[in-house]
Amino acid sequence: MLTVRDVRVAYTLGGLELTAVDGVSFDVAAGETFALLGESGCGKSATALAIMRLLPANGRILGGSVCLGEEELLALPECAMRRVRGGRMAMIFQEPSTSLNPVLTIGVQIGEVLAQHGEFPKAEARRRMIELLALVGISDGARRLDEFPYQLSGGMKQRVMIAMALAGTPEVLIADEPTTALDVTVQAQILDLMTKLQAERGMGILLITHDLGVVARMAHRIGVMYAGELVEIAPRREFFEAPAHPYAQALFSALPDAMRRDEELCTIPGQVPGLGEMPPGCRFADRCPHVMPVCREQSPDWRTVENGHVVRCHWQGGSAGEPCGKKGGDNQAAVSGEPILAVSDLKVHFPIRRGILQSTVGHVKAVDGISFELPAGRTLALVGESGCGKTTAGKAILQLLPVTAGSVRLAGTELTSLSPRQLRAQRRLAQMIFQDPFASLNPRLRVSEIVAEGMRALGGKMSTVERQVAVVELLQQVGLDAAGSGRYPHEFSGGQRQRIAIARALAVRPGLIICDEPTSALDVSVQAQILNLLKSLQNDFGVAYLFITHNFGVVEYLAHEVAVMYLGRLVECGSVDDVLRRAKHPYTQALLSAVLVPRLEGQGEVIRLQGEIPSPANPPAGCHFHQRCAQAMPVCRQRYPEVTATESGHTVACHLYA
Amino acid sequence: MNFQIVLLWSDALLWLLLVSVLGFAGLVLRSEPLRAAWGKIGASRKGMAAATLLVVFVLIALLDSLHYRPRLPDMAEGRPVYGVEVYSLLDVVLTQARTRLEKTYSAPFATRLYAKENIEQADGRRVRDYPRLKHGGTHLGDAEDGVAADAFVTALKGWALALALWILLAAALTAALAWRRGMTVRDSWRPPWRCRDGLAWDAVLWTLALILLLAVPLALLSADYHVFGTDKVGQSVLYQVLKSVRTALVIGLVPTLVTLPLALLFGLLAGYFGGWLDDVIQYLYTVLSSIPGVLLIAAAVLMIQVVIDTHPDWFASAVERADLRLLALCFILGLTSWTGLCRLLRGEAMKLRELDYVQAARAFGVGHTGILTRHVLPNVMHIVIISVVMGFSSLVLSEAVLSYVGVGVDPNMTSFGTMINNARLELGREPVVWWSLLAAMASMFILVLAANLFADVVRDAFDPRTV
Repeated sequence: MLTVRDVRVAYTLGGLELTAVDGVSFDVAAGETFALLGESGCGKSATALAIMRLLPANGRILGGSVCLGEEELLALPECAMRRVRGGRMAMIFQEPSTSLNPVLTIGVQIGEVLAQHGEFPKAEARRRMIELLALVGISDGARRLDEFPYQLSGGMKQRVMIAMALAGTPEVLIADEPTTALDVTVQAQILDLMTKLQAERGMGILLITHDLGVVARMAHRIGVMYAGELVEIAPRREFFEAPAHPYAQALFSALPDAMRRDEELCTIPGQVPGLGEMPPGCRFADRCPHVMPVCREQSPDWRTVENGHVVRCHWQGGSAGEPCGKKGGDNQAAVSGEPILAVSDLKVHFPIRRGILQSTVGHVKAVDGISFELPAGRTLALVGESGCGKTTAGKAILQLLPVTAGSVRLAGTELTSLSPRQLRAQRRLAQMIFQDPFASLNPRLRVSEIVAEGMRALGGKMSTVERQVAVVELLQQVGLDAAGSGRYPHEFSGGQRQRIAIARALAVRPGLIICDEPTSALDVSVQAQILNLLKSLQNDFGVAYLFITHNFGVVEYLAHEVAVMYLGRLVECGSVDDVLRRAKHPYTQALLSAVLVPRLEGQGEVIRLQGEIPSPANPPAGCHFHQRCAQAMPVCRQRYPEVTATESGHTVACHLYA
Repeated sequence: MNFQIVLLWSDALLWLLLVSVLGFAGLVLRSEPLRAAWGKIGASRKGMAAATLLVVFVLIALLDSLHYRPRLPDMAEGRPVYGVEVYSLLDVVLTQARTRLEKTYSAPFATRLYAKENIEQADGRRVRDYPRLKHGGTHLGDAEDGVAADAFVTALKGWALALALWILLAAALTAALAWRRGMTVRDSWRPPWRCRDGLAWDAVLWTLALILLLAVPLALLSADYHVFGTDKVGQSVLYQVLKSVRTALVIGLVPTLVTLPLALLFGLLAGYFGGWLDDVIQYLYTVLSSIPGVLLIAAAVLMIQVVIDTHPDWFASAVERADLRLLALCFILGLTSWTGLCRLLRGEAMKLRELDYVQAARAFGVGHTGILTRHVLPNVMHIVIISVVMGFSSLVLSEAVLSYVGVGVDPNMTSFGTMINNARLELGREPVVWWSLLAAMASMFILVLAANLFADVVRDAFDPRTV
């Protein structure tokens, strides 16, 4: 239905024309989902925007053809293209919160799309809008139509976006990372919805994603993009059984999971070449484990592996290849003695102030009484959906936020009662690594100054030369060239910046590092590098990690223990095997079932959760989870369950096990 | 010595500003991100053209900021006596234009006054006619019709001279560039014109060409004529325009010395610490910005005027008195204009406070002072620079408005505002006296336009939202 042939897109930057998409061709049939897979900067989104002819002002389509049915889209005048957009072809974007206009009601925004594709009387239009909302699973559509975007949750907004996309009954839906910004349980709902709508309407879907789990769940055929080129096109089964291109293989082997616990993850050395510096031959040659001389001279042609499975690669070997992971030697040494971190009944409440006098009318109970212990040299993963208070807990442990109640003992010292001066002395013991590597480094300081910051503040008397030597040593420990110490953060890629942040935290030799989703902003191959680094640092220095994340692959690979958080409280806690394999709490079970696995088989039945996470300002009475729990009992509505424990230290807060 | 150096307060401040700008430039050269941002301005044609114009204005103002009192012929042996008049180097350069006073108004390039007078002729008869000027066009003698031809010939000479000067300048620049880049002069003749990276020297050269083509003929012509006419007391308008430049620059720059510390201190403290400190500072600037600015300025200036009038013994000369009033005006302008920048900085500091690198610094136990100076201040400097450059032109314009209202600079001090204020009455005359107003407006327009263009380029280079 949608036929893309040899599309080339260039961006003009600083007077230079840089080719971002170089000769991409594929088809999307009616009722089929074609997934464009690749890391950031590979030209996936540029391809989608070129198909919609929505490139930004400095982007230009250099050539090629995009046919929707019989119609050549690239030759249409803009006024005709406007009818196609939203009418025959619609697009949904990654970030639902910025895709809706915050000052218009939902009804006005959907109505706008409806009006573009047919004249309806007012009552009829409203009826159709309610129908559309019902179609995307919003039941009380009549009420929602008069609400503003801020009144809806992220998942709800994405549903509204899909409803808007469906308003023109499109033949092809382009979904650009539609679930990347959403939590796993919501992601499962949205993907279900898309599958259902596709089956009902026979829509073609062009799905753009970097997530192999989403691909495994949704795609019929997959196109792998690398540096502006398609390098492999394969049906789903063939792709997951035997990916042919070394890049696709590397993507698979870079994924962390339980099976690779004892080894290092495979990484792809180097990074995607910049737009201006494409190598002449195969663009993957510099990072390819199977590189041959011919790769550097000649760009490979399409080669058929089997029916419908084509690849652009000179290398003809199978997918086997030696496992690249060296034995990493998991740190299983039983750790005895005092835990490095002991948190008990930690509470962080933020007051809600209203009125002229700013009187406190309530509290947002972001963290509402959590307790756990973390032995030295071990990793505890704190998992949960967004808004459950994970990050707040991490910052409160470091005393970056005022603690309302409870105790935090770091290496035997109670932190909550210390004066600022006494606290400073304890700062050395615990450090933090942040999620966004672009916001965590001061852009005005050199790398050496950034890394030396902790030493300056805590290291006592050190000469400039000593500090410089220490910085160079740290940079080498995190795998960076010491020559980079005089440069500024903007000259580094995301992964390298995260290494700098790790070096900064390591500089004061902490016993505990709180990692706040340190890999969620990174590509899979870079994530593998950072995880390897964190693991080897733990083995070398015996650092304990409190690892805040929502990525269960990372949890399986790195964590020794897992704590699951829901609405400010821990619902389940235990060793990684206990929690992930023998989950007891219904919430943990639902969360785990919603996690997408990047494999053909293995996706069990997803446990659907009703509704959304309630507001922490006004948690439900009784068990916080009872409104969404399929196994809720009368007692769940009355009181919060006690924590029960088994001998192995597996604790759960649920009436089912009381 | 046959002169005594007089250092006015505003002179000191202007030179201090120059020194700090030079110091800042040195800092910029050593810090790479700053160098990159200022490099963007250097690479912009618009920016370099505007900067060239501004530099010319600044040079005029600096020349006008070196004051002295000439020594009077000794009355008696012993202590030297100095005159009450204070002159600047610019006055020395413009001695001709300053001293050749006519009786009253005369139009540009006129040979006669603008008003009829009774003239006693050689034979004793009195006629009522336009008298000849004492200085304008006297070299023509009786051939008064020859003004156009004579002026044209002089202008041609001026253009030729300007062209020669410009070629000399361009050659010197090329040679300097060639020497710095280690090329032969022949190779490097092209780069200034074709350079895509580095500084936009071509824009500088073109602007210089324009300035020279305008200024050199003007200079030559003003030896024989009053090119911009004369005002009510017969003073050359060209001289007044040039003297006004310094006043405009002082008004445009010195208030920032008051604004910046206040806005930075209050804005960063309010944004970074929040809480009751934030409340107090917010109330302070909300109150201040809800008083009409003109009213506040008028009240303050009038009070200062009273103080000045009651203490005549404080001042050795009229210039010093006018200077104090100018400073007072700058001070009060600064006091009323810090609220906008403060509000911006407060918002930015609130945003930065939550950023991960500030959190990381707090996790290291870095103190508040350390965080403010190392992490917050450098990351708000772009806002400060943008607002200072953009504020310049609005301050220059507000001086004109205030002087027009009568609460601006001292009436004895030449400024664009006083020129416009004086010209106001003359607009009612028949025939109208237009040149004074036009000259003041045109030169202020050029100054403000250059400042605005430069501000535009600075904004583009520093604003993180523009890519």
